[in-house]
Amino acid sequence: MNLDPINVDTDVLVIGAGAAGMYAAIEAARSGAEEILLADRSLIGRGGATVMAQMTVAAALGEEVPDDPQAHYNNTIAAGRGLCDEALSRLLCEDAPECIRELDRWGVGWARKDGHITATTAPGHDRPRCVYVDFINTGPAVSKTLRAEMARHQKNIRKAGDLCIIDLIVRDGECAGAVAYHLPTGAPVTIAAKATVLATGGLTRLYRRNSASTNMGGDGYALALRAGAPLIDMEFVQFFPIGHLAPRLIGMDPIMWDPFRYKLGGQLLNGRMEEFTSRYGSDEDGKYVLTRDLATYAILKEAEAGRGSPHGGAYLSFRHCAPAVLRAAFGPVIDRLAANHIDLTKMPVEVAPIAHYHMGGVQARADMSVASVPGLFVAGEVVGGANGANRLSGNALTEAFVFGRRAGHSAGAFVKQTPGRGLRPQDAGAALDLLRSDHSTHAPANMAALIARLQATMADNVGPLRTEARLCQALSDIAAIGAEAGARPPGRPGAFDLERLDWFDLRNMLIVARAIAEAALSRTESRGAHQREDFPDVEPVWERHQTIRQRGSGLQISGVSVPLEPATI
Amino acid sequence: MSSVAKLKIWRGAERDAGRFDTHDVPFEPGQSVLDGLRWLRVNRDPSIAVRFSCINANACKECMIQLDGETVYACTARLEPREMMLTPLPNKKLIRDLVTEIAPPSERFSLSPRPAARGEVE
Repeated sequence: MNLDPINVDTDVLVIGAGAAGMYAAIEAARSGAEEILLADRSLIGRGGATVMAQMTVAAALGEEVPDDPQAHYNNTIAAGRGLCDEALSRLLCEDAPECIRELDRWGVGWARKDGHITATTAPGHDRPRCVYVDFINTGPAVSKTLRAEMARHQKNIRKAGDLCIIDLIVRDGECAGAVAYHLPTGAPVTIAAKATVLATGGLTRLYRRNSASTNMGGDGYALALRAGAPLIDMEFVQFFPIGHLAPRLIGMDPIMWDPFRYKLGGQLLNGRMEEFTSRYGSDEDGKYVLTRDLATYAILKEAEAGRGSPHGGAYLSFRHCAPAVLRAAFGPVIDRLAANHIDLTKMPVEVAPIAHYHMGGVQARADMSVASVPGLFVAGEVVGGANGANRLSGNALTEAFVFGRRAGHSAGAFVKQTPGRGLRPQDAGAALDLLRSDHSTHAPANMAALIARLQATMADNVGPLRTEARLCQALSDIAAIGAEAGARPPGRPGAFDLERLDWFDLRNMLIVARAIAEAALSRTESRGAHQREDFPDVEPVWERHQTIRQRGSGLQISGVSVPLEPATI
Repeated sequence: MSSVAKLKIWRGAERDAGRFDTHDVPFEPGQSVLDGLRWLRVNRDPSIAVRFSCINANACKECMIQLDGETVYACTARLEPREMMLTPLPNKKLIRDLVTEIAPPSERFSLSPRPAARGEVE
């Protein structure tokens, strides 16, 4: 095949077509950028985490009860256990209501009661603040709405699914675009861009059991690291405590029990059918109030003590609910459960913690620019720091909207003052070399199996409960898997070659896995989502971020104090 | 009780130059056809091409294929202890194996885009 790259030129390149990327593209167009290319390795608006979101989006709308962004901010900061980047948290809470109302005008269909948008109280929030679309349809509704809104800007926004970005192009220290390949043909692509927005989502694919799409392998963090950008708080991976465990359930996302708990409460029970969270410092008392870090800890410790459910988690029971109550709250979802032979009036289900979200990410300024790499912007889950050591329920889609919109605005403003300089052959050379590589004479390792091995060691050794020995084991496994994967992709460029895609994914996943494990090893305390069994206490000296940069073939960690800002907006 | 499903999978990049590969897949009742395909890629043949994002939730709608001639989502069709024939969608452009072009034209990358305005990469 012809391996000359297809060259594309654009004002703004947005990488990732979830809520953050789509909002960024729309806002860049509204800010005057004439040409925007929205690229995704999957299909537009289908992959990633947005479409999987089932219910809550936090915003201080104050329609049902009085609320204001300061209260939302106070709850967010408290949940972050001293580590929130307060400028980002403030932006998140301040801009949230405007984004929610804008999506409402665009027809997303937030659930309403008595004519106003209704909200639910999620754990860690002090009042009803989380809006949603029934029935557990928030993510698909958001995705559809943003796709439709993008169509209104079709003169300015070009969309490209199945386009896999493998490296950012850095020219004289500035981001000048990216190198990609077209998955259906294997054709190399270079994209010259005046501004680039990373909106690739999180890294849950690094773990065996996870709640997001298969393409969430931390691409954005790896692209940023290789481009010279710093990552922050990489040790803080959020586990969703009550991910579905058993019986086998298909056609539903494993985090589906969250909405059930919002609406119906439910009881979390151990293998002996006893309530147990009070043993770990919190009494749920029939309500759903326990934050995610504490609930995860309680479930894992209870199972470790031999009091888990048969598959090693906990029971979640809704047997107190009458069939009519279940039907009113979840309509057709009850039928989908029945198709899986689950009758909640008769049986509890088993749940266990599952990788869900990443608090860490690229260190960004409040305009979503990356200080050390001009031309590079970040949005959504790629951004590190807004949620500190533990994210509140409801803040993930909110940050996708708020940070996406802000990044699009900043990128749009940036391109107005930036002359396009195009690309020189040497700017894309190394990445193109990898893309064109023909390694078909070698018998390749099974990349899908190597990814499964990486997921296993991350789950077993870099999960919610950590020790020095486990983290060192993970680092040794990561190095061994990297050696087996080799320095070049298997085979030769071709149509939809998943072995090659797995290699490019693994290349990203390995460096991100290493960043998490090294940051977790370095942080000798327990805080929020990072629990060290060999350092069980919160240490005041650790009330600071760690940043990670790539130095040669290694990673360098350094500490940054949390800026002391007054907690007011 | 463990069972075995026999997946007969269409392979190839051209409609008239394909073949079928058949693999046994161990499974627990309740698993999906996509679970079987994912197991095969890790344990038997990583070269099998199938399109999916969300794995299990039936949210992304990317895993449409044909099972015994009927269009299904691979993530919600159940594995069964019998031979199951998997083929690409017949009415979409074939890309490879079970993968077809299902994106609307306005959301596809154009292979002949406008030429770069400034600076060419060779």
